[in-house]
Amino acid sequence: MARQFTPKVVTGNALIEGDVVYLTVDDRWTRDLAEAELIIDEAEAEYRLLQAQARAAEVVGPYLADMRPGAHGPEPTHFREDFRRKGPSNLFHGKQAEGLSRG
Amino acid sequence: MYQYNDFDRAFLTERNRQFRAQVARRINGSLTEDEFRPLRLMNGLYLQLHAYMLRVAIPYGSLDPAKLRQLAMIAERWDKGYGHFTTRTNIQYNWPKLADVPDILDALAEVGMHAIQTSGNTIRNVTSDHFAGAAADELTDPRPVAELIRQWSTDHPEFQFLPRKFKIAVIASEADRAVMKSHDIGLRIVEQDGARGYQVWVGGGMGRTPMVAKLLRDFLPEADLLPYLEAVLATYNRMGRRDNKYKARVKITVHEHGLDAFCDEVEATFPARRAVFSGVDQEWLARIRSAFVTPTLSARDAAAYHVARDADPVFRAWTDTNVTPHKHADHGIVTISLKAHGQTPGDASASQMRLVADLAERYGHGDIRVSHAQNLVLPHVALADIPAVHGELRAAGLGTANIGLASDIIACPGMDYCALATARSIPVAQGIATRLDELKIEHEVGHLQIKISGCINACGHHHVGHIGILGLDRAGVENYQITLGGDPSETTAIGTRTGPGFAYDEIVPAVERLIFAYLDLREGPEETFLETYNRLGMPPFKSALYDQEARAHAAE
Repeated sequence: MARQFTPKVVTGNALIEGDVVYLTVDDRWTRDLAEAELIIDEAEAEYRLLQAQARAAEVVGPYLADMRPGAHGPEPTHFREDFRRKGPSNLFHGKQAEGLSRG
Repeated sequence: MYQYNDFDRAFLTERNRQFRAQVARRINGSLTEDEFRPLRLMNGLYLQLHAYMLRVAIPYGSLDPAKLRQLAMIAERWDKGYGHFTTRTNIQYNWPKLADVPDILDALAEVGMHAIQTSGNTIRNVTSDHFAGAAADELTDPRPVAELIRQWSTDHPEFQFLPRKFKIAVIASEADRAVMKSHDIGLRIVEQDGARGYQVWVGGGMGRTPMVAKLLRDFLPEADLLPYLEAVLATYNRMGRRDNKYKARVKITVHEHGLDAFCDEVEATFPARRAVFSGVDQEWLARIRSAFVTPTLSARDAAAYHVARDADPVFRAWTDTNVTPHKHADHGIVTISLKAHGQTPGDASASQMRLVADLAERYGHGDIRVSHAQNLVLPHVALADIPAVHGELRAAGLGTANIGLASDIIACPGMDYCALATARSIPVAQGIATRLDELKIEHEVGHLQIKISGCINACGHHHVGHIGILGLDRAGVENYQITLGGDPSETTAIGTRTGPGFAYDEIVPAVERLIFAYLDLREGPEETFLETYNRLGMPPFKSALYDQEARAHAAE
């Protein structure tokens, strides 16, 4: 039986600001994980990543991050992605301070 | 301290002009990230978890008020109002924007600072004793030699693409306050038969394969330093592995070939290197030395200091931990803790930096140091002025009395910032320090160095912590391994793993059990944690960590 595909989002860091961005269904870069496109098909994920990699003037190091569907859009399956969507835990900086995380 | 000359300024202006153009070409799409990445790393610019990070070199940890004020200005104008001092005595800004970095580098150049070679497979910032020039036990101030090495290694064309990064430390006393034997090359200035020279240690390092440096030369004549360093670097450049980045540091080269074979290669290379040095480096060293004169310290009556100590227990407790004897008996070396309980180790706000700059100007002959333990130092303060200094530090949240104690924790940025991290470090340090403050036991516990790294690269020096903590990702969950018996001093030792790791919410209680076990086991208050561990070994501490009975007892 084929291995279950873990849903993905395309994510990277914005070229100028360096902060975490996610690819949306309508090809925007969003700072809010809740707005990201949750990709449930492996071939589609690879295709969306290729599209993101072609936008090198906007984003640095795009990759596919594991997610699961949640009540408010994609939810991280790993703590690293949870920190990326919120910001550091020692100081109230980053997305959590900018109202861009519901985490 | 050394001041830039016209050559230095012209070099830096040109480098900054080049980088400004490189950033512009990256932003307009002329450069890909693959092309730009090595260029930004050569200028200390990383891309981390939430933002870019700019690592600025503080050569051998020496600052003056103008430099520290400029670092404060940069923190406020282009970052979030603070900076993070690191174990390489550098400062990191966690939130710069790419388009602002050329302006930041120009602002640094105004005060003779830069971010060159704070990344990449090059010779990194040379570190030294943070008490240099003030310590009673030093043979000489080691910083002129560190400055000579800085000038020689900066933009050295042969050593820009080494197999891996390369770290050098210079000390001049038997006591090692710079973790010298954990460096790729450690130098100790020594005297033999009335002549100055160097002990040369090679192949120390932390990371995934920690090693204590080995003695390569027990006495290198003073004038041979740079050609000998070139011989070592050239040997490493040729013999070092480039097929596997985890086996590329010189410690692995020395380990795989053996010290004798490595030494033979260095000695075979040395004569040709020596022949091309005309002696101009020694003339430079003499000129550099004249810039590092210990300030003339006029005799001062220390009575006010002793009166304050007798009258104020808070002041007395602070001086017990944070003031070190100076080579001039009526002066003291003041260490300013950046480890307030519950705060991020090594962070300083812009206003705190300005206060330290002001205090250095008013009371400290304009001299400021950064220590590898992520604290700041005023090396030359008259004892009579220390009560006033303490008063101002306290008012600014910088009066924590914990230097050398269990809450004076080294912690890397960990997964709160670092793209390489496998777990968080900072909240673990905050949690331990907060707990120690609640228990009010750390002055009773005494000297205890806890060091925390958020990944195997060991930026938090966990291998040489009396208690070392390594944060790992175990099946998608943060897990913390403990090592015991590490020693960063001249009796350098690598710690031993206790056993299975602890979950994030178990690690602070685990450290607490170790500390209470030590208090039960020690022969008296004069026996330190490390001495007790070295006397008894692992079993009683292991029992305190893992036995159900001990855990239940601690939970009562």
